[in-house]
Amino acid sequence: MANLRIEHLNKRYGATTVLKDINLGIEDGEFVVLVGPSGCGKSTLLRMIAGLDGVSSGDIHIAERCVNTLAPAARGIAMVFQSYALYPHMNVRKNMTFGLKFTGVAPAERERRVAEAARMLRLVDLLDRYPRDLSGGQRQRVAIGRAIVRQPAVFLFDEPLSNLDAALRVSTRVEIANLHRVLKATIVYVTHDQVEAMTLADRIVVMNNGRIEQVGKPLDLYYEPANLFVAGFIGSPAMNFFDAKVETIEGGRARVAGAGFLNLDLPAASLKVGDTLTLGVRPEHLVRGVNGPFAAEGIVELVERLGEASFAYLRRVDGRMFVAEVRGRRTPSRGETVTLVAAAPDVHVFDASGIRVAMPIASWSDGAIVQS
Amino acid sequence: MTAEQRAKSLGVHLVLIAYSLLAVGPILLVVMNSFKVRSAIFGSPLAPPDAATFSLVGYEKVFRSSHILTYYSNSLIVTLVSMALVLLFGAMAAWALTEYRFRGSTALALFLSIGIMVPIRLGSVAILNMMRSAGLNDTLTALILVYVAQGLPMSIFILSEFIQQIPRDLRDAARCDGVPETRIFFEVVAPLLRPAIATVAVFTIVPIWNDLWFPLILTSSDSTHTVTLGVQQFLGQYITDWNSVLAALSMAILPVVMIYVILSRQLIAGLTSGAVK
Repeated sequence: MANLRIEHLNKRYGATTVLKDINLGIEDGEFVVLVGPSGCGKSTLLRMIAGLDGVSSGDIHIAERCVNTLAPAARGIAMVFQSYALYPHMNVRKNMTFGLKFTGVAPAERERRVAEAARMLRLVDLLDRYPRDLSGGQRQRVAIGRAIVRQPAVFLFDEPLSNLDAALRVSTRVEIANLHRVLKATIVYVTHDQVEAMTLADRIVVMNNGRIEQVGKPLDLYYEPANLFVAGFIGSPAMNFFDAKVETIEGGRARVAGAGFLNLDLPAASLKVGDTLTLGVRPEHLVRGVNGPFAAEGIVELVERLGEASFAYLRRVDGRMFVAEVRGRRTPSRGETVTLVAAAPDVHVFDASGIRVAMPIASWSDGAIVQS
Repeated sequence: MTAEQRAKSLGVHLVLIAYSLLAVGPILLVVMNSFKVRSAIFGSPLAPPDAATFSLVGYEKVFRSSHILTYYSNSLIVTLVSMALVLLFGAMAAWALTEYRFRGSTALALFLSIGIMVPIRLGSVAILNMMRSAGLNDTLTALILVYVAQGLPMSIFILSEFIQQIPRDLRDAARCDGVPETRIFFEVVAPLLRPAIATVAVFTIVPIWNDLWFPLILTSSDSTHTVTLGVQQFLGQYITDWNSVLAALSMAILPVVMIYVILSRQLIAGLTSGAVK
C-alpha cells in the first residue's frame, strides 16, 4: 500500500495539450475517483500513472518514489480495464498467474494467492473456464482478481463497470466497495458515471478539459461545487442555472434580478453593483410554494414519472427550461403555471467567471422574497 | 423463399459451379490420366480410367527412373523452412511495425510494401550473381533465402492488419502484469494470430511449392532439384513421356491439397474475420 503524489503533470500530443498542470495527492488507502466528461483527460491521467503513456513534464510519485521512467510492472500498480482485457486463450487460473511468472513469485505462492483471490471474488468454481465461457460480471471479477494477485501498491480501475448491465453494475459496485474495505488498498478509479463516483469515492476529482476542476468529498462537491462546471456535472438531472445581475447594494444586501425568478436579496459579501452572476438551484431543492428566498416560476411542459419522484420540465418567461423534482403522487399537469421555491443554502451563486461566491448562510434573511 | 430469390440463388450457384469446374477440371484431368495407359491418354483424354485403360505405368516409371523422392524431400524442405521463416519473421516484423514507433519505421513499412508491388523475378540476374559469389549456388539454402524474401512483404502486410485488430488493452494489461515484450509477442499476440497465420501460410506455401523459375536458375544438380523442376526431365524436345509427367504432377499436387484441407477452416476464419465483426 502506498500514497500517490502527482506534481505539475502535463501531457502533450504534438501541439495539443491534453493534461495541464495536474497536482494531486492521494493518501495511503484512499479511494479516489476521477470523473469527468469523455475527453477530459481522466483516462490519460490513469494511463500515465500506470506507465502506459509517457509523461511530458512533471512528476508522478508512488510510495515517495518518482516513477516517471519506470515500466508499468515496476511501479507497483495493477490495472483493471473497461474491456476486462483477459487473455482469451488462457483459462481463469492462467489469466491470474500469467503475470506472476515474470515477477519472480514462486509457484506455491502463486497458487496461494489465486486461491485467496478466487475465494474473495467467488471464482473458485470458474478457475478452469475460459473467458469466452464467462458472463460479463464474471469476466470483470477475473480482471479484478488478476489485479489482486499482484498485490500492488495502487489499484487502477479504468471504467470497470461500463460494459455491465444496470443490475450487475450496482452489485459489482458494492463488491468493489467491499474489496476496498477488506484490502485497505489505495485505489484510483476512473468513471464518467457520477453515481459510481459519489458512492465509491473517499474523494472525487472532477476533471474537465485536461484540468482538475475540484477535488473533494462526494457531499462537499454536491453541496459546495467550486464552479459552474462542477455544479452542472454533479447531480442528476443537472443543476438549473439562472442568469442574474446585481442591481443595487444597500445595507450589506445585494438585490439580484434576472429572467425566470423573482428578485432576490443576497448577502452583499464581495458583490458589486453591475456584477453578472449565475444562480444555481438543484431540481431536488425546488419545492412548490410561494415563500422562499428563491422563487422561480414556469409553465409545465413535460413530466417524467420515475416512481419515487417525478421531474417536471418547466419553461421560464425568457423561454429557457428548468427542472424541478416533485415528490409524491400528485404531479403538476402540462400547461400549469407553477411557482417553486428553494431554501437559502440551496441557492448557489457563481460570479461572471463561473467561480463560486461564498455566501455566509447566517446572513441570509428569511423569506426575503421581493416581488418585482 | 420467393421465386425471385430462388432464381437469384440459382444464378449465383451456376456461376460458382462453372468457376469451380474451370478451376478443378484441369487438375482432375491430370490426376485421371495419370492412371491410364498412354494410348488411352490420347485416345479419350476426358474419360476416366476403366478396367481396360487403367495402368500405374507412369508411377512405376517415375519411381524407377528418377530421383523423385529426393525432389520431393527437397520441395518439402524448401517449402516448410521458407514458410516457417516467413511466418516467424513476418509476424515479428508486423508486430514491431504496428506496435512500436521508432525512427524510420514508416520508411521501413513503405520499403516493405514496395516488395509487394515489384515481382522478385525482376531481380533474377542479381540474385543469381549474389548466390554465386556467396557460394550458395546449387543449394537449397539459396532457394530458401529467395522464397523468404519473396514471401515476407505480403505476410507482414496481412499480419499487420490482424495485429491492429488485437485490442490495445490486452497488450497494456500484459505490460501492467510485467510480461516482457518478447513474451507478450509469443504468448499473448501470436496465439491470437492463429487464423491470420494460417492464411499467410497458405498464401506462402502455394507459390513456393509450384515455383519453377528459381529452382531452374539456382539449382543444377539432381540432388537439389525440386518436384516441379524434376518433372521437366520427362518433357523431352522430341518425345514426352506423358505417363510419367502426369504421374509426377499428380504427386506434386497432393501436398498442397493436403495443407489446404488442414488449414482451410482457419483460412476461412482468417479471410472473413476482418469483414464480419
